Amino acid sequence: MSTTEQPSRHADGADRVSMDGRRARATQAGSDSIGFDESAPLLEVEDLQVEFRTLEGVANAVNGATFSVAEGETLGILGESGCGKSVTAQAIMGILDSPPAFIGGGKVVLRGVDLLTLPEETRRKVRANHVAIVFQDALSSLNPVFTVGYQLGELFRRHRGYTKADARKEAISLLDLVGIPAAADRVSDFPHQFSGGMRQRVMIAMSLALDPDLLIADEPTTALDVTVQAQIMKLLSDLKAERNMGLILITHDMGVVADVADKICVMYAGRIVERADVHRIYANPAHPYTKALLESIPRVDLKGRQLASIEGLPPTLTKLPPGCSFNPRCFMARDRCTHEEPPLYDVGGGRHSACHYYEEVLAR
Amino acid sequence: MSSTEATPVEQERERRGEVVLSVRDVVKHFPLTQGIVFQRTVGHVRAVDGVTFDLRRGETLGVVGESGCGKSTLSRVIMGLERATSGSVDLLGEELVGMSEKDLRRVRRHVQIIFQDPYASLDPRMTVGAIVGEPFQIHTEVAPRGDRRRKVQELLEVVGLNPEHINRYPHQFSGGQRQRIGIARALALQPQIIVCDEPVSALDVSVQAQVINLLERLQREFDLSYIFVAHDLSVVRHISNRIAVMYLGKIVEIGDETAIYDHPTHPYTQALLSAVPVPDPEVRGHREQIVLEGDVPSPANPPSGCRFRTRCFKAKDICAADEPPLERRGGPPQLSACHFAKELDVVHAVH
Repeated sequence: MSTTEQPSRHADGADRVSMDGRRARATQAGSDSIGFDESAPLLEVEDLQVEFRTLEGVANAVNGATFSVAEGETLGILGESGCGKSVTAQAIMGILDSPPAFIGGGKVVLRGVDLLTLPEETRRKVRANHVAIVFQDALSSLNPVFTVGYQLGELFRRHRGYTKADARKEAISLLDLVGIPAAADRVSDFPHQFSGGMRQRVMIAMSLALDPDLLIADEPTTALDVTVQAQIMKLLSDLKAERNMGLILITHDMGVVADVADKICVMYAGRIVERADVHRIYANPAHPYTKALLESIPRVDLKGRQLASIEGLPPTLTKLPPGCSFNPRCFMARDRCTHEEPPLYDVGGGRHSACHYYEEVLAR
Repeated sequence: MSSTEATPVEQERERRGEVVLSVRDVVKHFPLTQGIVFQRTVGHVRAVDGVTFDLRRGETLGVVGESGCGKSTLSRVIMGLERATSGSVDLLGEELVGMSEKDLRRVRRHVQIIFQDPYASLDPRMTVGAIVGEPFQIHTEVAPRGDRRRKVQELLEVVGLNPEHINRYPHQFSGGQRQRIGIARALALQPQIIVCDEPVSALDVSVQAQVINLLERLQREFDLSYIFVAHDLSVVRHISNRIAVMYLGKIVEIGDETAIYDHPTHPYTQALLSAVPVPDPEVRGHREQIVLEGDVPSPANPPSGCRFRTRCFKAKDICAADEPPLERRGGPPQLSACHFAKELDVVHAVH
């Protein structure tokens, strides 16, 4: 890598306004050969389709997801297990297990370049350099037989061609950045010697190593205690602001999203059922599923009312009900819902809802 | 309680039923050993270190705290699954500590447990009928043999499952339904107390509410007392009448749900509550945020004095020297183990 970088700089004539250290390093990584346009929007996902070909049939894990993320913006993707939120993240990263997963269509446009059209070798460069991911389970994401310093340094050695000693220095400064005390000592510790929260910090350090423009956090705090969750969420939003990254936060916790997200996509059975900015969605949801979810969770600052539960279960993706997937559990399902699949209606004010009767939901 | 007149909170407590479980100074230490052939004890993990509380009939006591604070060990001691190192556990007038195995078996009927993971806690090779009916084989007096199948079907109906599914296997059910099977099994012996160890944390959000509502309905129907152990403080608030906050094997604050959530006095309770996200973007930035530094110290070597002092934002010299007793401090009615206990609302938005 280190030998190919210099000649290709500015070869595509892309206008580089920001020539701070961060951008300069990104250029070194050989991004020019990919043809990223720095003035184009950060990420635009259009009509993304992911299907799982299984013995039981084809499951449409993601069915027409459309959303965008800008610099410094946090998008929350909210949904229950099996709704397709993690698969969406994996499709953006290009780390789907294929087979059984296949991209059925759509675009994932990062800075003007559709990632889905790139060859695997180029996508490798995009990962870590431009888009990075933090997984839920830090212990199984880290290799138990290497020190965290080695694993962090590996990014610099592989992608930047650093020497062992330089890579180690970078690793220490990263551990320091994510708030690990005595980073210089801990860099030669193994993953099992860290607590859950500290391990998640190591994962975040790793994802930030090569200055990505977009960070995807897939349930980053689900396995952690609340006090540690608060620490990690604060760290993530501080780093996001500091580096002006785009952040996609994938979670099932309506509290966490309310705290940090700017806008939200609510997913159900592979589809985005509502998309809006965070304030509107909580104040006045436009889809019955969002509304029911909000009413079914207890709140720490209120006491009393009986929880309104959503009856039934999320559907199996290989056997989706006809019409709207939510209709068997919906409190206001009508005849039309059982045979006509609702498109993502434009509700106005930049929000969208996949419900035929969104006006009624809004009025309730 | 040193108050001169009974507050509404205390009157409310009087109206609640008699004490069914009385836990006094319970200590559970696990020895740490070294050596393979000749093992010697090199220390103790002080999982539970002097816990005292009462549980009344029909009441729900929520136990909250971070992982490793001893809440699960405490529930195992109450179940009689672990023998307490010292202290007293009085269940319906019988002392569990030091009781013979045989007697313990008999008494355990009155305390049942619902586990966290509905996938791991049901035997995949047993039918639902066999799982729910298994307690009857040990406690034969509860249901005569010929009556058991009908009893199991009744139980399934009570928890909202189809009684005709008695011959199905656990894998044929979803997570929420499996948790209902676990609840039916816990109800089989008509217990007085049910320990719920994180009963909804493995379930999806839309299914959680179903199970919480079921637990509430069963409590009313059978006058059950719950010990509700969970890390989700919103769920605990919803279901509990009283709350015990644990840190490193000790209760640091205990009292009525409104007192603990709306008027917490212990710095740890305040930090814990302030960390819980509220599902309302309008309160973002308007709540008191106490972000704790560092991790929980090892229970094998807890700090001197107050155990929370190493992470406490109020810690002074006295905290390292004197361990603060759990007692009523100032205005609010709950008991708090802090030298500098002072009320602070961290849950609601402050303008």
